[in-house]
Amino acid sequence: MERGFGKQLQHTQKNRQQNKKMSETKDTEDTQGKLWEVFIQSKKGLPFKHFGSVHAFDKEMAVQNARDLYTRRGEGKGMWVVPADAIVAVDPANDASFFEPADDKVYRHPTFYELPDGIKNM
Amino acid sequence: MGAEELDVLFQERIDANDKIEPRDSMPEEYRSHLIRQMSQHAHSEVIGMQPEGNWITRAPSLRAKKILLAKVQDEAGHGLYLYSATETLGISREELIAKLHQGKAKYASIFNYPALTWADMGAIGWLVDGAAITNQVSLQRTSYGPYSRAMVKICKEESFHQRQGYEIMASMANGTPAQKEMAQDALNRFWWPSLMMFGPHDSDSPRTGNAMKWKIKREYNDVLRKKFIDKTVSQANLIGLTIPDKDLKWNEAENSYDFGAIDWDEFWSVVKGGGPCNVKRLNHHKKAHKDGAWVRKAAAAYAKKQATK
Repeated sequence: MERGFGKQLQHTQKNRQQNKKMSETKDTEDTQGKLWEVFIQSKKGLPFKHFGSVHAFDKEMAVQNARDLYTRRGEGKGMWVVPADAIVAVDPANDASFFEPADDKVYRHPTFYELPDGIKNM
Repeated sequence: MGAEELDVLFQERIDANDKIEPRDSMPEEYRSHLIRQMSQHAHSEVIGMQPEGNWITRAPSLRAKKILLAKVQDEAGHGLYLYSATETLGISREELIAKLHQGKAKYASIFNYPALTWADMGAIGWLVDGAAITNQVSLQRTSYGPYSRAMVKICKEESFHQRQGYEIMASMANGTPAQKEMAQDALNRFWWPSLMMFGPHDSDSPRTGNAMKWKIKREYNDVLRKKFIDKTVSQANLIGLTIPDKDLKWNEAENSYDFGAIDWDEFWSVVKGGGPCNVKRLNHHKKAHKDGAWVRKAAAAYAKKQATK
């Protein structure tokens, strides 16, 4: 598994490492802040859903920017903003084998079971 | 796996209408095509704020001013959705902006035309946003997941833009003779550049082949252009304005309009920097970016200080 979400691509790793080096060495470099992922709950009681990302320099700015960017029309009743590099994602190159253990356990699904005729609601 | 094998697997996924996600393997040309197209799209949204921003202080009523402010804010939002989606391809926001400033990335040529009168706010919303919506609706089905999701969000918001523009045109067309003339003049100036927004004929568009094969684009330029014309002509007729094309004629057999020849020399000249506002638009963006640098620096310094507390 690889850390990061959204921005990670193997063939651009090199590029990014170079950028990182630049931003580490140049303290005064003009940047747009770091990347945050935005999750929004459209109605109380519903799950939070990934909506997009936003640039900001700190937590406070991140939630304010995310509010202005993603909830201009009452889309949100709740919001999470998470530093993109804190998210752990499954490497898509291995996703088939990673999720494979679920495939051979059909008995986990209710349709696996044979019920006597006449049972209507179960 | 060799590169060729990967390309075959990739095409199989595309053909099966699988969406491609940021960390999936993809041909380098697919990635660079997307970066070019999506960043151009993002830059267009942001540069597109200028002709309208120009009219915020001179809007004819408080209602009109509030609407225009909201619309320009939406365009900024659309630019940001698209920048974020482009960044998932491994290019940074700083690089994207630098490419715009260096003239290596383009934006829609339509924004190199000036917005001379209030009626232009109507024409831009009705025609420019109308053309953009026609294109963006088809792009909701693009093969790249983040681009497709950004398009869905944008399309939801764009229909307000087109309606507010049409409302301006309709009220001016029904106003005094001078107002109607102003509306007609705006239509005359924006009609052809709006048709050019769909890009050159597919036969003259070298990148269309790959874009269609990879399902980055879902419809041909000429098909989208025709769709837009067919929708828009009756909207013009309804408010008593005339489309400035003497060759425009209903074609019963094709169930669509025939229209006159587009001046592609003008199109290419504006693309290459010869439009009335190319230099002005880019300089304005550079200045705004430069003028904001101290804010970004201060925010970065503040965040750093807070982190060490």
